[in-house]
Parts: sequence; C-alpha cells; structure tokens
Amino acid sequence: MESVLVFIQDVLSTPALLIGTMALIGLVAQGRPIEEVIKGTLKTILGFVIIGAGAGILVGALNYFGALFNFAFGVQGVVPNNEAIVSLALNEYAQATALIMAFGMVANILLARFSKWKYIFLTGHHTLYMAALIAVVLSVGGLEGWQLILAGSALLGFTMVFFPALAQKTMVKITGEESIAFGHFGTLGYVFSAWLGSIFGKESKSTEEIKFPKRLSFLRDTSVAISLTMFMFFVLVSVIASFKEGFDPAMTTGINWFLFSVIQSLTFAGGVYIVLAGVRLLIAEIVPAFKGISERIVPDAKPALDCPIVFPFAENAVLIGFLVSFAGGLVGLGILIALSGTLALPLILPGVIPHFFCGATAGVFGNATGGRKGAIIGAFGHGLLITFLPALLMPVLGTLGFANTTFSDSDFTAVGIVMGNVANYIQGYGLLAVSLLIFVAPIILTLVQPKKA
Amino acid sequence: MSIKKIMCACGSGLGSSFLVEMNVKKVLKKFGVEGVEVAHGAATDVYKGAADVFVCGKDMYNILSAYGPCVTLTNIISMAELEEKLGAYLKEVGVI
Repeated sequence: MESVLVFIQDVLSTPALLIGTMALIGLVAQGRPIEEVIKGTLKTILGFVIIGAGAGILVGALNYFGALFNFAFGVQGVVPNNEAIVSLALNEYAQATALIMAFGMVANILLARFSKWKYIFLTGHHTLYMAALIAVVLSVGGLEGWQLILAGSALLGFTMVFFPALAQKTMVKITGEESIAFGHFGTLGYVFSAWLGSIFGKESKSTEEIKFPKRLSFLRDTSVAISLTMFMFFVLVSVIASFKEGFDPAMTTGINWFLFSVIQSLTFAGGVYIVLAGVRLLIAEIVPAFKGISERIVPDAKPALDCPIVFPFAENAVLIGFLVSFAGGLVGLGILIALSGTLALPLILPGVIPHFFCGATAGVFGNATGGRKGAIIGAFGHGLLITFLPALLMPVLGTLGFANTTFSDSDFTAVGIVMGNVANYIQGYGLLAVSLLIFVAPIILTLVQPKKA
Repeated sequence: MSIKKIMCACGSGLGSSFLVEMNVKKVLKKFGVEGVEVAHGAATDVYKGAADVFVCGKDMYNILSAYGPCVTLTNIISMAELEEKLGAYLKEVGVI
C-alpha cells in the first residue's frame, strides 16, 4: 500500500507526469478511443519535455547577453519574453503551474456561468503563462500547498473573464459583432491605446486608407523578427563591452563579436522556436477539451480569442502598431537609462515579440477609436507601458527577478505587480482570502445589480 | 487533384491558427470530406509543399501566398466565411 502512495506522490511531484496524468484523465473523461488517449497523453508530456529543452538553449544565449550587458553598462539588462521566462519558471514551479492552470479553467467556467462576464478564455498558451506568473508571485508571497493552488486558480479564473470584459467595448467596434470576445493578456495595453485614441484621434482617418509598403510584412515571421532584433542587441553589447577595460574574450566565447552575435541571436530565436513548439503540443489536447466542456456548461458564453483575430480587420494598423510600439519601447529604455542614477530599476530592452503582437493589437485598438492618429499615439503609449511595467514586476518575482528576461505583456506584469505587492502586506490565509474575494466579486456584483429589462 | 493536407497558419502558431484548425475540421466533416490531415503552425513553419492549401487571416496572405494556394479569411473565426471560401476552393480542385 505504501509503495502505491509513494508512486502516486512521485507522479504528482514530477511535473511532466502530472501534466500527462491530467491529459489522460481529460481524454478518458471525454470518452475518446484508446489510440487517441495514448496519442494525446504522450504528446502532452512530450510538449512539456520540449519546453524544458528549449529553456536550456534560451538560457545559454541569455546568460551571455546578461553578463555582457552588465559588464558594458553596469546594470541588469532585461529582454522581456514570455516564452523564455515561463520556460524558466517551469523549472521550479511546474507542479503549481499545472494545477493552477487546470483548476483556473474550472474557475473560468464557474464565473462565466454565474457572473455577467460570460467569457470563456480560449488562448491556451496565455492561460499557461498566467498560471506560471501567479504560481511564482504567490509562492514568493509565501503561499504553498493547497492554499497556493486554490488562491492561484481563483485569481487565474478571474483574469480569464475580467480582461475579455475590459476589451469588449472596443472589440465590438473593431469586428462589428457582439458574439466574439478578446482573450489575450495584453488587454490593459490595448484598452490604454484605445483610450488614448479616443482622446487624441478625433476625426482622424482610418489607417486602412493609407498605402503601406507590403514588403515590411516579412517581419511577421516571428523567428526572423526575433533573430534580427536580438542580433542588434548582441552587437550593441558585445561591441561596447569589447572597448571596456578588463574585457575578457571568453565573454564572447573567444570569437569575433560579429560572428558571436550572429550565433547567439539565432540560438535565442531557436530556443524560442523550440519552446513554442513545446507549448503547441502541451495545449493541443487541453484547448479543444476546455472548449467542448465549457460549451456544454455555459452555452451562452462568448469565446475569448487570441489577438491575431483582430489583425485582418486593420492590416496597416498592425504594422504601424508594431513599429510605433517598438519606438515607444526605445524611448522608454532611454527614460529608464536617465532614471538609472536615482532608481535601482533594471533596463528593459524592447523585446520584439511583445511589441510585435501586443504593439500590433494596440495599433488596431487605437485605430478603432481614433483612426491613424489613434493608432500611432495609442501604440506609442502602449510601448512605454510595456517597458515600465516589467521593470516594476521584477522585484516581486523572487529569484526569477534576477533572470535576464521577464514577463512582457501588460496583464501579466500588472497582475504580478498588484498581487506581488499585496503579498508584501498580507500573507498566508489573508492572501488566500483576498484571492477568493477577487474571485467572487464579479458574481456578487452580478447578483446585486438590477437586471436589465 | 486530391488534397492530403490543409495547414492553418498565424504569427506564432499557437492561438488563432489552432482555432481555425478546429473550424476547418468541422467544415470538412460537414462536407463529408475524409482522410485529410489538418494542422496548424507558425509562419516560420510554412514552406512550399508543407501543405496542399493554407488557411490564414487576410493579414498573413502576403507571407503565405508564396508557398502555395491560400484560403484567406477576413474574420478568421467566422464559420460562415470559412465554409464559403474553403468550400469554393474544394469545389475548384474537385474534392467536393
């Protein structure tokens, strides 16, 4: 009997097996044929293993970058990238992340069923990333065991309906439909962009009336875009470092700065590519199952979908948003450098993926409320926002705050900053109570609010 | 011409292309088309011959159209639009 318990305990404490078991239970519960159960379970575990392998590659390149940056500028340099930080977080917090993700989806269904925010969050990789963030922040805040899982799932469920609800007004403007919702954890940035657009962009013409060079669209291949920007960052730090006194050629692996930068930037892009492939496998069984179950329990809920669903509605705003947000990131970096004498903040470099996806979406949201002026001003504001928020998030991430990468999109950073700072004042059962209170708030609000006639 | 593989693509191949894949499977079932592999992936994963036809949002057309026939959608999660455009393509190549 005892050996059975030990076996179960081993499964639960080995994240890859825990995740595999959850997939297995899910597949059996759906009554799927045996070959699909085997295939789905194995591919889910495979996805987890691949993420770990990708993390190893990413870390190699990031460590070189971090050491060079520190040597060249004397401060911590950070390239925000969700895939990189999540793959690092999973090394330590995989078990909590997996359980929070599973029960967080249950919490999402409960909120969609019993509150007025009838959204089902279908962007599986963002659910995973948010689960990882919450697991880290609450663990650093001192929660563990079942309290951590309960508080984490409650918070995750809340974010899965709160952010789509926040975006819905502008979403209807963009798509002209009530039935689709928006589910991507950069929502604060997009709503901020839409708000800026509505203020500054009055009577501005839509971005879609501009003729825009189509050839720039090659940057929409994410591997190419990551390689190019990381190459520029590596060239910058390795050249500056090599002119400084005490430079050790081993910092650039003993080879020429140019070749070093080519290899390391592509290593980083390769690592991200591998992590993405792992995430794709990991969520391949989870998302359809979640969709199927939620459709049965909450048939009137709106599916909240990933950000590219708005891209075809304003193609020019996508490219403008990306470029302007990136420019905002560079200006934000300049501001951080100017402040670095007085505040102990890490320098946040403009990571290409967040500016790329979130910047583009911010452009579409800004265009919806304020035309081309709105798209430009909104995306610029978004670029600044996602530069400052990660800098404020780093201190509440514990040891992960010293990594040379961090969470990028605005909702991850905002949720992390809020909960991390709450955890500084309220610990243990108090923190659990706060999390549960946040969870039930939308249900209570729905109950006390008079129904529309 | 027979169709063996349909690939849905988006920027990072995680979210929206995955939902389009689920929709494509539904549409194929409705048309009674069997034995066609449906996959999703990133723009990086697309090359000539990766699939017989690609399905993507209008914003990805410039990248993907170089690699083969493309069914492009304005509202990428609209079942009606997918059914109309994919149906037209399948008729054109003689699958249905």
